[in-house]
Amino acid sequence: MVDMSTRLGSAAFPNPVMTASGCAAAGQELNQFFDVSSLGAVVTKSIMTRPRSGRATPRMAETPSGMLNSIGLQGPGIDSFIEHDLAWLAAHGARTVVSIAGGHTDEYVELARKLYGNPAVAALEVNISCPNVESRGQVFACDASASSRVIGAVRRAADPGQPVLAKLSPDVTDITLIARACAEAGADGFSLINTLLGLVIDPDTMAPMLGGITGGLSGPAIRPVAVRCVWQVRRALPHLPILGMGGIRTGLDALEFVLAGASAVSVGTAVFGDPTAPVRILAELETALAERGFTSLADAVGYAHLDEFQRSARRTA
Amino acid sequence: MTDRATSAAPTPAKVAQSRSAQSRPVQSRPVQESVEILSVKRVGEYTEFTVVAPGIAEHAKPGQFVAVAVGGENTSMLLRRAFALYSATPGGAFAGTVSFVVAEHGAGTRWLVQRQAGERLDIVGPLGTPFPLPSGPKPAVLVGGGYGTAPLIPLAQALIAAGSPVEIIIGAATAGRLFGELVAKRTAGAVTVTTDDGSAGEQGRVTDALPAAIERIGAEVVYACGPMAMLRAVGEVAKAKGIRAQVAVEEAMACGIGVCMTCVLPVRDDTPGGDGKSRFVRSCVDGPVFDAERIRWADVGSLPSDLVGADAMGGGH
Ligand SMILES: Cc1cc2nc3c(=O)[nH]c(=O)nc-3n(C[C@H](O)[C@H](O)[C@H](O)COP(=O)(O)OP(=O)(O)OC[C@H]3O[C@@H](n4cnc5c(N)ncnc54)[C@H](O)[C@@H]3O)c2cc1C
Ligand SMILES: Cc1cc2nc3c(=O)[nH]c(=O)nc-3n(C[C@H](O)[C@H](O)[C@H](O)COP(=O)(O)O)c2cc1C
Ligand code: FES
Repeated sequence: MVDMSTRLGSAAFPNPVMTASGCAAAGQELNQFFDVSSLGAVVTKSIMTRPRSGRATPRMAETPSGMLNSIGLQGPGIDSFIEHDLAWLAAHGARTVVSIAGGHTDEYVELARKLYGNPAVAALEVNISCPNVESRGQVFACDASASSRVIGAVRRAADPGQPVLAKLSPDVTDITLIARACAEAGADGFSLINTLLGLVIDPDTMAPMLGGITGGLSGPAIRPVAVRCVWQVRRALPHLPILGMGGIRTGLDALEFVLAGASAVSVGTAVFGDPTAPVRILAELETALAERGFTSLADAVGYAHLDEFQRSARRTA
Repeated sequence: MTDRATSAAPTPAKVAQSRSAQSRPVQSRPVQESVEILSVKRVGEYTEFTVVAPGIAEHAKPGQFVAVAVGGENTSMLLRRAFALYSATPGGAFAGTVSFVVAEHGAGTRWLVQRQAGERLDIVGPLGTPFPLPSGPKPAVLVGGGYGTAPLIPLAQALIAAGSPVEIIIGAATAGRLFGELVAKRTAGAVTVTTDDGSAGEQGRVTDALPAAIERIGAEVVYACGPMAMLRAVGEVAKAKGIRAQVAVEEAMACGIGVCMTCVLPVRDDTPGGDGKSRFVRSCVDGPVFDAERIRWADVGSLPSDLVGADAMGGGH
């Protein structure tokens, strides 16, 4: 038996495996395949202040070991989300990390306020891979000061009992610069990583395949990029917890993230091919930890960074 | 699946569901099964698979589909491929089997058609909404394009068993792309065949034969499955005749279970009690069967400005 419990800031979870935002809606559909309350948490689709239609189709293209998506944050808006989705998750005993998104800082703040004091919210994940309406559509997460402004404003507006995780984009020159800016603004942890910007051209029509032209690349194709980002941010800010994601398909994939420094992991695209992937990965991760002599998940977090001396200290502790 | 609405006219319950698509109770109970292939049959340009899948067979209804993992264990193809159910046999001689028909299209279907009896497939189903059945006997015309005839065969059987007179029209570009002519004749007797090039049946389109078929049996409803352009045209003929058309659509799907929002269509809520507004609706769980008149065919692939939430669009993925 391995102690699989984990924490992201002040939020405690019985195990580290979660869904990824946008890859599990709000848990109801996956609950047909397994009990979503058995996960560490359900991370819900990024929600915005108002109902949003999302982009024109086609919205996806399969790529080698991955896929490109261009959904455009389709969703019912925060009020409907709280009334229906969050209520359903709470009623089913699922811990919930609520992902919020906006076009300007005020929107993020409004979302954090609406979720203030809601006992169904274990943590907030702030999706800052959104175009900043006030800055000619530049993505918040690609600019340290814009990231810092949003995260700072959310941290001030949000319930102090709800940890704020900054979800960063890998499409930057140095992810640790953005991470540091978010940390200084009060981020309680990080979600790493969001999708990479990609483009697919259809050789038959000789035009971009997606309605949104570009899309976010996800799946095993991006896993080494994601592990590298987790590694770098862990090195730079070892005191802040990381929710790692990007191409996790097996327990060993999840273990890589843990060893690189993630305290928990999200399973995204893998769910599309295997709806029970999160619970399978949880079982596989536990086995993998046990096989390596770990008695608790916490001992394995960041283990790849340790030298021989530190390693033996941890395993005999 | 006995809890399904059995009226061809949309029920108030369905209206309510489509209005809160994000939080409505999930209606089908799909299961994931590792299944043995019982037989693989070449039928014209198609390949018909029969697999032992008791969990899927038990609840499946005509119009629903299955999602099949392709490429084997270490494949780079992450996403399942959707196929309409051609038969589902919960009891009797072929107890616990389902069948589906595959047209070779790209890499995934190419892999699939090379499978042999005795091998295993990973299948999720039954998925999506079935064709709504009338509460009593009601004359119906069924229109299938290419492999789209497959789900109409079990539908015809169900309608005939309930005492409804049935005519079937099947069409394709050429004779080799026709599916199910013999079995359609065995099932319904009254079958019209059309091909674009005249290589079988009458030269022309299924919609050329549709008005006469509707008149011959005094049809009160049309059911159709096939390419989107055909479904749209069938909907227009039905409308001109003052009757409803229930059509099974085909949109690219990443998950098939309602969690990713890739498979959406602009659908108008003009059902009794509806608000008359249009939304992007998931064709994998709210469809694939829709009342043709509710689909905004001309807007498929674009983002009409009057769609609920279109005003909130401004980026994000
Ligand atoms: C509800 C539904 C029912 C279907 N029923 C049948 C059926 O009974 N028989 C049959 O032969 N085909 C059916 N299709 C189409 C079938 O799913 C595609 O032909 C198949 O996914 C193509 O995969 P591929 O790897 O060969 O092609 P590729 O083009 O290489 O596929 C690449 C990606 O695009 C997706 N894709 C490509 N074409 C389609 C398409 N037309 N529809 C949906 N996704 C697509 C694939 O799923 C895959 O993710 C159905 C599709 C849907 C949505
Ligand atoms: C279809 C789809 C929708 C997504 N929607 C969101 C979203 O709404 N908010 C968000 O922060 N990330 C979103 N993501 C990104 C994932 O949460 C995750 O960061 C990324 O896909 C990498 O993990 P994966 O490879 O396991 O999918 C989405 C990804 C996919 C594939
Ligand atoms: S295919 Fe994922 S929601 Fe329909």
